[in-house]
Amino acid sequence: MADKPKRITDIGAPHFSKFLPPVIAKNYGKWKYHEQINKGTMKHVSETGDELYTVRMASPRLVSSDFIREICEIADKFSGGHLRFTTRNNIEFFPDKAQVDPLQAELKKRGHLVGGIGYGISNIVHTQGWIHCHTPATDASGVVKAVMDELHEYFTTKNLPARVRIALACCLNMCGAVHCSDIAILGIHRKPPKVNEATIANQCEIPTTIASCPTGAIAPNPAAKSVKIKSERCMYCGNCYTMCPSLPLADAHGDGISIYVGGKVSNARGPARMSRLAIPFLPNNPPRWPEVVNAVKHLVEVYAKDARKHERFGEWIERIGWERFFTMTGIPFTYQHIDDFTFARETFRMTPTFKWE
Amino acid sequence: MSKDAKTPMLDELEKGVWPSFVKEIKKSAKKSNTAQDLLNILERSYRDKVTHWKHGGIVGVLGYGGGVIGRYCDLPEEYPGVAHFHTVRINQPAGFYYTTSALRDLMDIWDKYGSGLTNFHGSTGDLVLLGTQTDKLEAIFAETTAKGWDLGGSGSCLRTPSCCAGMSRCEFASIDAMEICDTLTHKFQDELHRPAFPYKFKIKVSGCANDCTAAVARADMSIIGTWRDTIRIDAAEIKNYASKMDINTEVVGMCPTKCMSFDGSVLKINDKDCNRCMHCINLMPKALRPGKEKGATIMLGGKAPIVTGALMSWVIVPFMKLEAPYDNLEDLIRKLWEWWDDHGKNRERIGELVDRLGMRSMLESTGLPPVPQMVKAPRSNPYVFWSADDVK
Repeated sequence: MADKPKRITDIGAPHFSKFLPPVIAKNYGKWKYHEQINKGTMKHVSETGDELYTVRMASPRLVSSDFIREICEIADKFSGGHLRFTTRNNIEFFPDKAQVDPLQAELKKRGHLVGGIGYGISNIVHTQGWIHCHTPATDASGVVKAVMDELHEYFTTKNLPARVRIALACCLNMCGAVHCSDIAILGIHRKPPKVNEATIANQCEIPTTIASCPTGAIAPNPAAKSVKIKSERCMYCGNCYTMCPSLPLADAHGDGISIYVGGKVSNARGPARMSRLAIPFLPNNPPRWPEVVNAVKHLVEVYAKDARKHERFGEWIERIGWERFFTMTGIPFTYQHIDDFTFARETFRMTPTFKWE
Repeated sequence: MSKDAKTPMLDELEKGVWPSFVKEIKKSAKKSNTAQDLLNILERSYRDKVTHWKHGGIVGVLGYGGGVIGRYCDLPEEYPGVAHFHTVRINQPAGFYYTTSALRDLMDIWDKYGSGLTNFHGSTGDLVLLGTQTDKLEAIFAETTAKGWDLGGSGSCLRTPSCCAGMSRCEFASIDAMEICDTLTHKFQDELHRPAFPYKFKIKVSGCANDCTAAVARADMSIIGTWRDTIRIDAAEIKNYASKMDINTEVVGMCPTKCMSFDGSVLKINDKDCNRCMHCINLMPKALRPGKEKGATIMLGGKAPIVTGALMSWVIVPFMKLEAPYDNLEDLIRKLWEWWDDHGKNRERIGELVDRLGMRSMLESTGLPPVPQMVKAPRSNPYVFWSADDVK
């Protein structure tokens, strides 16, 4: 084809300097301090005396090209044609001081939510779920929408003792790597894979399928050019299905959601830490997942009432003790809460010092 | 499936205050059969409580081994619009800054060849274009590269590096996170586009220990800014904060190392005891600033649970000066990859390989010296390896 453009490869992302607002380009590396003005606005001040205002709005992350054009229109009008996205998928505009209030008014008029800064709940980082993924145990966007419809005031107006980072991953692959979140919503399977004997011989390489299992739950079945699942050893991670499409484990009844709490990535006051199992299983109940929404709301409310200022979810639990966490939240403690996988022993308590009610 | 198909469960998610992804899909569905059938098949998943996407096939653009995720539905006769529903990962600019003209260019291309639906952004950081067909991929690639964009990573390769806003808008940043991210992205184009590793390798760069990119949890290599000298104190601003907050309770009392004291007017920090956690600086940014001798802590091994359990990255270099062109960092990364290539099994992340072979193997082959900052505490067990050289 004569009009085919020359093939270009390996150019990488365009350099960010092409996209920076002039005040940011000028003061790059010179920022001196910042102030939070309200839940949706902050001000950064440079050593040069320049000021930068940032206004943050919520996004559902899964957005149409129309949505992107709409925020472009807003950015052209109020932000000099520049905008950025945050690591939690919010959108940020950079208005002049005089434009901060008109921009917020415009965003509200258009039905957008302004907020997400400081001590509250920012956007829920999440995965693809039933929108696009072949291994999910739940949907992602729908659960996030249902939870945030209930908790949106913590984004826009209400404060919490500290940041509460909520993340959702729709299976153990965790594209969202939710395992260091204050509240992690995690899709899980609970039934072992079903071997599709009709397809496995053609679709799968048996030795790599067996090797993929972290618990040794897959045995060869050479006569059938297939495998056998030792159900009692399976922990439903789904790694075998990733390697072998003939081992599906999705199941409308078996699949659902678990909730882990108390993780964080910040090192403030103490190192980053992993989230721990609070609720082993809640059913998939679309479109609004009421059990999950109520559970997350309950966890946030118990924390909000009892935690001290600046105390993250996990720091609060550390202070009150896990035994009291389960009492205060009313969540039953079950076999599932006691680890029996790779790192189990480091979670066992080796002291006779407890907190009793 | 026709546009008249009913989607009562998804319609429910148009209600409520939080922005609705269903409204977004419906906007695109007015223009795209792919988006319309996405809506229809998603409603089906809401009814069936299982996904309707099959294992991906290998699709892509000429010369690249990744960047496009092949996706097919399991009910193509009923939902022909999503018989193919491939995802294109576009490598985001460091720090996620855009101009409106650049975004409009991308959306024009995407409306021409795809569903019009996007993720801003995917979990690793890419700008994700959701839903197109195999025969459109080369055209999308040609038009996006002509506008200066390139694909991100997928498969067993260097995944698209990402970073926080760093020095562009944060006084906490002790390293130029965006420049480091952009530089590594360009140094490692071959490793990014042509999967040749045992498994995926993610790099994330956070300007300070607050770690806004969640590098410690989400990256095989976590690069986190820090400083070695003393916290800078503005005594006058301390007094201003004292009138607004309880410095003794909120700052001094919550300091994990008990390295500071406040007598009601002067804040003193014993910097020898400070571990640079950021708590006091977070609370009083106008009065306290990181020191001037800046660099990064390099950590290795973070990952999600598959295969043998989730890991958080651990320290392999306590402090590394990071200045352009970052050859020292490139050199270390290449040595780590070489060791991983030599010893890693198929689908073994580098952190899991350290678990299997031990830190010593990794340290010897990269030339990194063992230092106390690598451990919470030295070993307690007396089962110890001694090499013939050690015993000589």
